[in-house]
Amino acid sequence: MESILNVRNVSKIYQSAGRELTVLNDINFAIEKGSTVAITGPSGSGKTTLLGLCAGLDRSSTGSIELNGVLLDKRSEDERAAIRNQYVGFIFQNFQLLPTLTALENVMVPLELRGEKNIKAHAMELLDKVGLADRSHHYPIQLSGGEQQRVSLARAFSNKPSLLFADEPTGNLDAETSEKIIKLLFDLNKDAGTTLVIVTHDPDLAMRTGRVIKMKGGLIIADENPNYAR
Amino acid sequence: MPDNNLPKQRVPISWLFKMAWRDSRKNRSRLLLFISSIVLGIAALVAVYSFKDNLQNDIDRQAKELTGADLIVESRKAATKETQRMLETMGNDRAAESTFASMVYFVKSGGSRLVQMKALEGNYPFYGSIETTPASAAKSFFTAQDALVDKTLMLQFNAETGDSISIGDLRFKIAGVLDKAPGQTGIAASVAPIIYIPLKYLSKTGLIKTGSRVNYKYYYKFNNAAELDATIKKLQSKLEKEGLDIDTVADRKAQTGRSFRDLNRFLALTGFIALLLGCVGVGSAIHVYIQEKLSAIATLRCMGLKAWDAFLIFLIQVSFIGLVAAIIGSTLGTLIQFLIPIVLKDFLPVEITMQISWGAIGQGILLGLVISVLFALPSLLAVRKISPLNAIRAIFEQNAPAKRDLLKLVVYLLMIGFVIAFSYLQMNNWMQAIAFTTAIFVAFLLLMLFSGVLMFLVKKLMPASLNYLWRQGFANLYRPNNQTLMLTVSIGLSTAFICTLYFVQGILISRVTLSSGSNQPNMVLFDIQTSQRAAVTDLAKSFSLPLMNQVPVITMRIEEINGKKAGADSTNKRAFRNEIRATYQDTLTAAEKLVEGKWTGRVTAPNDVIYISLDQNFARSIKAKVNDKVVFNVQGMLLPTVVGSLREVNWSRMQTNFRVVFPSGVLEQAPQFHVLMTRVPNSETSAKFQGTVVRKFANISVIDLGLVLRLLDELLSKISFVIQFMAGFSMITGWIVLISAILTSKNQRLKESILLRTMGASKKQILVINAIEYFFLGLFAASAGLILSMSASWGLAKFSFDASFMPPVLPTLMLFGSVVLLVVITGVLSSRSILNKPPLQILRNEAS
Repeated sequence: MESILNVRNVSKIYQSAGRELTVLNDINFAIEKGSTVAITGPSGSGKTTLLGLCAGLDRSSTGSIELNGVLLDKRSEDERAAIRNQYVGFIFQNFQLLPTLTALENVMVPLELRGEKNIKAHAMELLDKVGLADRSHHYPIQLSGGEQQRVSLARAFSNKPSLLFADEPTGNLDAETSEKIIKLLFDLNKDAGTTLVIVTHDPDLAMRTGRVIKMKGGLIIADENPNYAR
Repeated sequence: MPDNNLPKQRVPISWLFKMAWRDSRKNRSRLLLFISSIVLGIAALVAVYSFKDNLQNDIDRQAKELTGADLIVESRKAATKETQRMLETMGNDRAAESTFASMVYFVKSGGSRLVQMKALEGNYPFYGSIETTPASAAKSFFTAQDALVDKTLMLQFNAETGDSISIGDLRFKIAGVLDKAPGQTGIAASVAPIIYIPLKYLSKTGLIKTGSRVNYKYYYKFNNAAELDATIKKLQSKLEKEGLDIDTVADRKAQTGRSFRDLNRFLALTGFIALLLGCVGVGSAIHVYIQEKLSAIATLRCMGLKAWDAFLIFLIQVSFIGLVAAIIGSTLGTLIQFLIPIVLKDFLPVEITMQISWGAIGQGILLGLVISVLFALPSLLAVRKISPLNAIRAIFEQNAPAKRDLLKLVVYLLMIGFVIAFSYLQMNNWMQAIAFTTAIFVAFLLLMLFSGVLMFLVKKLMPASLNYLWRQGFANLYRPNNQTLMLTVSIGLSTAFICTLYFVQGILISRVTLSSGSNQPNMVLFDIQTSQRAAVTDLAKSFSLPLMNQVPVITMRIEEINGKKAGADSTNKRAFRNEIRATYQDTLTAAEKLVEGKWTGRVTAPNDVIYISLDQNFARSIKAKVNDKVVFNVQGMLLPTVVGSLREVNWSRMQTNFRVVFPSGVLEQAPQFHVLMTRVPNSETSAKFQGTVVRKFANISVIDLGLVLRLLDELLSKISFVIQFMAGFSMITGWIVLISAILTSKNQRLKESILLRTMGASKKQILVINAIEYFFLGLFAASAGLILSMSASWGLAKFSFDASFMPPVLPTLMLFGSVVLLVVITGVLSSRSILNKPPLQILRNEAS
């Protein structure tokens, strides 16, 4: 199958207190289009850093990353921003809704950034899918944590991304709400045929994906199909 | 897959505006509060600009009323017969006036005072009027032996219309109160009050003697402007040769405009300081605002917003709010302009008609917009550098040390350039503009330095054994983004402004007061004729008054310097223009020090070279050096001299000092008058002695240092009121910046408050912590301001006023305490809302 994300010999080194700190060390993997992948590992294992690099939020120190056929390494920040807008969707642990925008406006932003017009109906449709059509004019402060994450899901799918990155999507939610959000995430992903990459601590959530990449100390220690492994 | 998958993305400008509007939703009142810091600065400038425009219009419109005539010919000596004939044939209508200083004696109260006497003849003023009460007195006083007496004198001596006054040998009836003479300002009236008498009685007063200092003025009305120009052209060189000056409406208009241009420059620069102070506040508040937006910006960047587009969203916001603030400021300034004529009423020679000045409003709006954006730019530019990574976590790692943003450097240079350019537009002088900018910059730096040192010292010296509330209160000063330094600068600068003003006023007053110390003269008698000298001396002795300084004064002009006459040396016009009052003496006085050449005290033989001595500053101004030849015209007689020496003169000493000193044996027979200085022990003796002098020697004028002190105090109070009015803008701006800064750091305060209250701290304890923080903040700011002000006042006292500086303890402490108290009250009241909310409600709001 065709790869949507190719990570080759990627390392990330930070300067910390005058010393070099290797957060990622010679990472290699590829993700196929339409697949679901979980990146797991203990705190400090480098999984969020890896997500940031794969999504073009940062540059690797060495190696190369190719997203949807575009090499990210040599791209400027603005070029990477355009790539993100075109191909990438995000779901954040702390929702990251823009507090001064209504739920509807939050969902519309990625499309507005593309300069698309007549997008309200599409945004409302997505809000309806996440069950918040009647709350479209509410501001984030007026919504519960679960509702905010649902708006975040609608926003993430609004620009029909090729690749969706979810960073601990249930990290700030209770078990019951988490379950609802996960179900919604997988349902939306199935409908849209998007490639999904989830960074999580939660082994149950990881088990629901088709592939689990386990990390420790900046290295991939396992890369397996959870269902097959079980 | 090839790289041609690289998408093209262009965000529509309309969306940036829409996003700026959406993003401002929950912050508008806050943004407006930040920007309100510049409202008063803009208001001050628009008020000053509007006032300037209106004043210029009124000077143009009322120019003829300033002079009262189309042409004024002025001379310090009586006209020759030939000149007199010429003066009597000019113009379609004419009037004459002799002005001189003289004593007036109020018969009813027995009081006497030196006044400006104007003996008038003719229909002057031809334009405008001499304003009197009753109004008819302005014309009727000519018909009898009557006088018009300035209203300040009438009040001082409790006089009424119909009372008598003695002027020289004559008595005049007060026909009316002089409310305003043409072109006269209120301040001039109180410093040199005027009395008008008919010119025909002047000679009978016996006041005009040889050597008397009289200013002769001839006023002309011309029905035809062309005729006026032709007359000026025809007579100019002739009149100037005779030592007569010509003053036209245009000259006076330009001169008045010039005087007020300086005043307006001063007012505009004071307003500009308030504006700069506000801008520093805005810059600082926007910095914190952007910090709080970090997460939202990072999220937008994750979704594909480009760095410059993110910057533009916030630039649009700041520009819009800046525009709103500029419009509010301009509107306020247009209203405040109505106060300026009230503040300046004593200094204005014309009636001010207040009108809306669209030019001033336009300048204010443009200035507000440019300056708010300019000072917000360093923080706004940082938006470009916000990484999308911030959306997934706080960046604790650094790829590499942050690179210096060159654009920020450009913006800082633009800021400095802007301040210099603005100052230049006010001052029209690059050196002054750079000096002003440097002074502001140094003041800011010093305040930051003082504040930094104070904070460091307190941090080091703060005992660890202090209780928790004190330690926490003090530690709050170091909270990130709490703007302690910025607040110290803004509050400190306002404090320094007010304190310096107060100290300088004190220095000037004490300088005059000191000069009246127990061994210094406090009364000057001048215009003593040679024939009166012995009698005046006897009179002083009869009052047991010491004769502290008795010198002859001879009036003269410079005729030639090194063979060059006035007309031949166009580069040194100043040397020939003014009359010089010189003296002769055989030894140097205690106030004089020889700095160059050789002192010659006496000329013994008629053919000896006359070596004169010049004050070194005067010598510099007339471009004369030791051994240069100078010919003086001593009332018609040419006297060749050689500059023998240069002296440094201590002009601040209460004694007669001279720019030109002749040796003894030259001028003894020249027409001269004498000056006598003495010391009167109390005001009662002063009044009695003055009264006797006026009655016995009507031509002699007396200056009472007590009166000078009162006048100086009055003058300084009026000037300082104007300065305080303008400094008020800076003070209130500093206060707004304080409120703005407190509200800016509200989020951090909220978190701390929640934490403390969750751990069981009472409202009172949190209030105490806040109060301690603001107390220290006020203390640092007021101390920094006071130190700066004391340094500036000391410098001014030492180098400008040649005086010692000792700040008055009680008023300084009161001023200091007021600033600290104001900061504490404002701080505690502004933080009150945090205390009054239950922690759970805040926690919920914070979490969401």
